Amino acid sequence: MDRTITPPLSDEVVESLRAGDRLLITGTIFTGRDAAHKRLVELIDKGEPLPIELRGQIIYFVGPTPPKPGEVIGSAGPTTSGRMDAYSPKLLDLGLKAMIGKGLRNEAVKDALKRNKAVYLGATGGAGALLAQRITSAKVVAYEDLGPEAIRELQVEDFPVVVINDMYGGDLYVEGRKKFERKVDL
Amino acid sequence: MRELDVAQITEAVASLAVKGCSNLGDDVVAFFEKAAKREESETGRDILAQLLENAQLAKDMNRPLCQDTGLAVVFLEVGQDVHLVGGSVEEAVDEGVRKGYTEGFLRKSVVTDPTGARKNTGDNTPAMLHTRIVPGDRVRVIVAPKGGGAENMSALAMLKPSQGRQGAVDFIVGTVSKAGPNPCPPMIVGVGIGGTFEKAAYLAKHSLLREVGSANPDPRLAELEDELERRCNALGIGPAGLGGTTTVMDVFVEEMPSHIASMPVAVNIQCHSARHKEVVL
Repeated sequence: MDRTITPPLSDEVVESLRAGDRLLITGTIFTGRDAAHKRLVELIDKGEPLPIELRGQIIYFVGPTPPKPGEVIGSAGPTTSGRMDAYSPKLLDLGLKAMIGKGLRNEAVKDALKRNKAVYLGATGGAGALLAQRITSAKVVAYEDLGPEAIRELQVEDFPVVVINDMYGGDLYVEGRKKFERKVDL
Repeated sequence: MRELDVAQITEAVASLAVKGCSNLGDDVVAFFEKAAKREESETGRDILAQLLENAQLAKDMNRPLCQDTGLAVVFLEVGQDVHLVGGSVEEAVDEGVRKGYTEGFLRKSVVTDPTGARKNTGDNTPAMLHTRIVPGDRVRVIVAPKGGGAENMSALAMLKPSQGRQGAVDFIVGTVSKAGPNPCPPMIVGVGIGGTFEKAAYLAKHSLLREVGSANPDPRLAELEDELERRCNALGIGPAGLGGTTTVMDVFVEEMPSHIASMPVAVNIQCHSARHKEVVL
C-alpha cells in the first residue's frame, strides 16, 4: 500500500520520507510553472507579500490544457522541473515543503531541500489524462492573465507521486539509474 | 491541372492536431505492452502500465494524452501537379492550427519575443511548417505536435570528420545520457547525419515520423540504429527516468551527403507521447 500524505506537511512527515518512497497525496496543492515562479520571486526580492501562503505547502509544476465544458481541469501532468531551479530555493526558504514535477534538479535546489527539510516529488510525465482523474477541483487563485501558467488551487485525491530527492541527499534518479546501468554487449 | 482549395488543408490540420493529441499511435501502444512485460524494474513496469492506462483514458474520454500539446509541427508534401487555390497555403495551415487548438481545447504553448516578454500568441500559431514539392497531384498533410520537454533535450554538433562513426555514436548516446529523466522516457531518438546545419536538424525531426519498431531499409544504417538502441538502453535511465532497462522505444537515423569539411549530427528527442497523424488530400 502506498502511503498517503496531506498538506500542510510538518517537519516530521518530511523527515520520514526517503527517495524511492511511493506516496499518494490527498488534499490541497498549488500549481505554478515558469511565469508564476518568476512573479513570486520578483515579489520576494522586493519584500512584498505573496498571493499564496507557502508554509507547509506543495507546488505542482503544471500547465494544464483548458477544461472542456463539464470538466474540472484538462490534462494535467508535470512539466520539466529544471526550469524552476532558478526560483525554487527562495520559495523553499519561505517554508514550501514539497514540489511535484519531473526531471533533474540542480545542486542549489538539493541544498535548499536539506536546509529547509523539504522534498522533491516526481509524477509520471506524459500521463496527463490519468493524473487529471485524481484532481477533484481547480480554481485560479493568482495571475489569471497567465492562462495555463496561472496559479491554481487544486483539490487532489490519491494523487500518485514518488520521492525523487529527500532531505538527506537521496536521489532516485541517480540510484535508480545506477541499479540498471550495464555494459553494452555488441 | 487538379485544383485543391487550401480550406481543405485548414480542415485537415485542425482535425489531425486534435486527433493526434488524444490518440496515441498503435505502434507506440504495442511498444508499451511489449516493454511492460520485459522491463526489469518493477517501478519501470508500473510506469509503463500507467502510460497504457493514460493512452486508453485519453482515447476513451477524448482528452489530450499530455498537457503539453506542443508546437504544431506540420509537414506538407505538395504534388507538383496540384494547383492550390483559395488563398495562402501558409495562412491556411496556421488557420488549421488556430482552429484545432482552440476548438479542440488543446493548450496554447507559443510565445513571441522568446528572450524577453514571452507573450502567448493565444492560438498556438505559428505552425512549424516544412513544405516539400513532390511528384504527383496529391497533398500529404502530416501534423506532429511536439512537446517542449523533449525538444529541450535535443542537440546538434558540427563534428570533425576525423571523429568518424564512433564520434557520432558518442555524441548521440551522450545526448540521451545527459537528457536523463527530463524528456519523459521511454523516448524516441531521431538522428540526422550529414547535410548542412539545418538539413541535419530537419532529417532528425523527419525521422521521428517513422513507425516504432521499423527497420531502416539501408542495412548500414539499420546496424547503426540497432547499436545506438542497445547503447541507450544500457544507460539504465528507464521509464520516467526512475531506473530500468527501457530507456528508448527506438532510434531512427536519416542520412545525406555532407561537405568535405563537415560531419553534422543532430539528435532530436521525442518523448513517449509520440504523436503524429496524416492524411492525403
